[in-house]
Amino acid sequence: MFKGKFIDNLPKIYGTYTGGFIVFIILMAIAEQAGMSAKLIGIFFVAFTVLIYALIGYLSRTMQTDAYYVAGRQVPTVFNGMATAADWMSGASFVAMAGGIYFKGYGYMALLVGWTGGYVLVASLLAPYLRKFGCYTVPDFIGTRYGGNMARLSAVIVLTVASFTYVTAQINATGTIASVALDIPFEIAVYVGLASILMCSMLGGMRAVTWTQVAQYIVLIIAYLLPVFWISNKMGAGVFPHLMLADEVARIAELEAQFGLGDVKNSAADLKQVPKGLSGITKAHAEVNTTPWKFISLAVCMMAGTASLPHVMMRYFTTPSVKAARRSVGWSLFFIFLLYSSAPMLATLSKLSLMDPNLATGIIGKSISEVQAIDWYQNWNQANLMFVSDFNGNGTLELNEFFMGGKAVVLATPEIAGLPYVISGLVAAGGMAAAMSTADGLVLAISNALSHDIYYKMINPKAETAKRLIVARILLVLIGFAGATIAALEIQGILGSVIWAFDFAMSGLFFPLVLGVWWKRANAQGAVAGMLGGLIAGSAYLIAVRSGYPGFWGVTQLTFGIVGSLVSLVLMVVVSLMTKAPDAATQRMVDEVRIPSGKAILGKQH
Amino acid sequence: MSKQQQHWEKTRMLLFITLAIWFVFSIGIFFFGAEMEASSIRPLGYPLSYYMTCQGSLGIFVILIFWFANRQEKIDEEFGYTEREDD
Repeated sequence: MFKGKFIDNLPKIYGTYTGGFIVFIILMAIAEQAGMSAKLIGIFFVAFTVLIYALIGYLSRTMQTDAYYVAGRQVPTVFNGMATAADWMSGASFVAMAGGIYFKGYGYMALLVGWTGGYVLVASLLAPYLRKFGCYTVPDFIGTRYGGNMARLSAVIVLTVASFTYVTAQINATGTIASVALDIPFEIAVYVGLASILMCSMLGGMRAVTWTQVAQYIVLIIAYLLPVFWISNKMGAGVFPHLMLADEVARIAELEAQFGLGDVKNSAADLKQVPKGLSGITKAHAEVNTTPWKFISLAVCMMAGTASLPHVMMRYFTTPSVKAARRSVGWSLFFIFLLYSSAPMLATLSKLSLMDPNLATGIIGKSISEVQAIDWYQNWNQANLMFVSDFNGNGTLELNEFFMGGKAVVLATPEIAGLPYVISGLVAAGGMAAAMSTADGLVLAISNALSHDIYYKMINPKAETAKRLIVARILLVLIGFAGATIAALEIQGILGSVIWAFDFAMSGLFFPLVLGVWWKRANAQGAVAGMLGGLIAGSAYLIAVRSGYPGFWGVTQLTFGIVGSLVSLVLMVVVSLMTKAPDAATQRMVDEVRIPSGKAILGKQH
Repeated sequence: MSKQQQHWEKTRMLLFITLAIWFVFSIGIFFFGAEMEASSIRPLGYPLSYYMTCQGSLGIFVILIFWFANRQEKIDEEFGYTEREDD
């Protein structure tokens, strides 16, 4: 079934898979009615889905370089779109995004615009041209276009810094979900998460990751959309929440005024009692609450970062043609749009079900003791994700006396809204799928760059295929373990380090990649200066700001990519113009890249 | 001008148009967040600023990429640079 006609059978295979998953959800719902415990349902959901991914990973095993590095370049447009969407939407998108919107409103939604707008840059500036190039990895493009090991090495360095920052956050997320769902300590759960990630990628490289990512997308999108639609209908807010929540948004504004949002500020002593990581509602739901520059600078960083992150770019190396690569970007964004446009709706529904006294679920305005007696409050309070305290001593829960963790918006809303526990199990499986699929893409991007660009292209160009692929797998496991070890230390939060990864990638890779296609005069010296200079400038700014430097132009630690990439651009242009123009062969190569037809620059097996 | 230069000329033109539309909906309109909020244009009843950040701009990007891909395919066809299916 996985040989020969596999590609032609894809719609049937994944159709059956989706049907099977829905049957599984229904079986779990029946089991819940029959009295299966909530904990057992959670374990079933996570274990069952992870085993399926591992099975797909095993069935996709390969010993060919082009299958291992670029899935044999035969992934159809729409399926590559799904795989990219899963690759792209991380634990942060799935678990943290709706929470961010819930607490920070408009200012946070710059991330929604940035993380989707970047795909326009991917489609128009880069993806089709890099596909035509025929490279295996992003540094492969840099190394061949500019020539020389120094350019290749610089690209590998930037790639590793950006992707590694990102991957620790994802392994951390898999660990968090595994520890909650399977009820094991976090330090062990991190390695359980790692083992699941490696099972999907080790035997089949990009081919295995592609087919597991498609499966993971299906799980995560069902897990995200089903609760949103269900809650909306249950609340009577509308059958199709995306088009019908305007009244609810207006109602929240009304309630915010009624409960005196922002009138009462909590004292520092009061806030000390609140567990770390939890926050209250301090910003109006739909109000413009940030300056244009803050919004735009964050969006710009996320957009340029999207176009420079290698684990996204390499997904477009797997399509059968340049044309397919271009269309595939459109499909990717469509599949991402399905989830991203639902996150604000989930935040709206979640907030309203907690705030509205007309709804049975509303808690603001009820007596503190009544709220403390609610089952779900006790559960999530125990999990350190919810907290109430009677600061003013009037016995009633005020808006400023209720605190919640960002993750709770996605994880706890189904329970708060009174959905059966089976939905919470489904959401855990979805979060696991989101974090695993991104971690897989990232670990593979790093280990492929090290095995292909450093080991094969620079250290041992005569290595046989078998040896190359063994080295690639050893590196994969090493990178995974390094990531898990750092994740287990829990140094940074999930969302912060994800945003840094975008800034790092943007600082070092954005202009060297774009100018590689769009400016023939760009040469190796310029590119090396641009990559290293940009990365160093960006990192220096980040360190300076974190150690107390006020910064300039309103650039913060979340947008340091602006500084990095400007330095990169200036260095690249100045150094390129000061040194010799690229030779005629390189110029011809760039001409070749610009037309879709004809042979790829790099051969099928290289 | 050679065929290849003409092809690139048209491709560049398309890039500029695409990036101009992209700029308007990813950056341009957000200079006017407060004005959008106060605007009487309320798609589906949402405040305009809210709508653009949760659906409007996002949806426009999806459509823009498919439009761009179609136009680029036409350009490639015009100059005979379309890939053979068995490539």
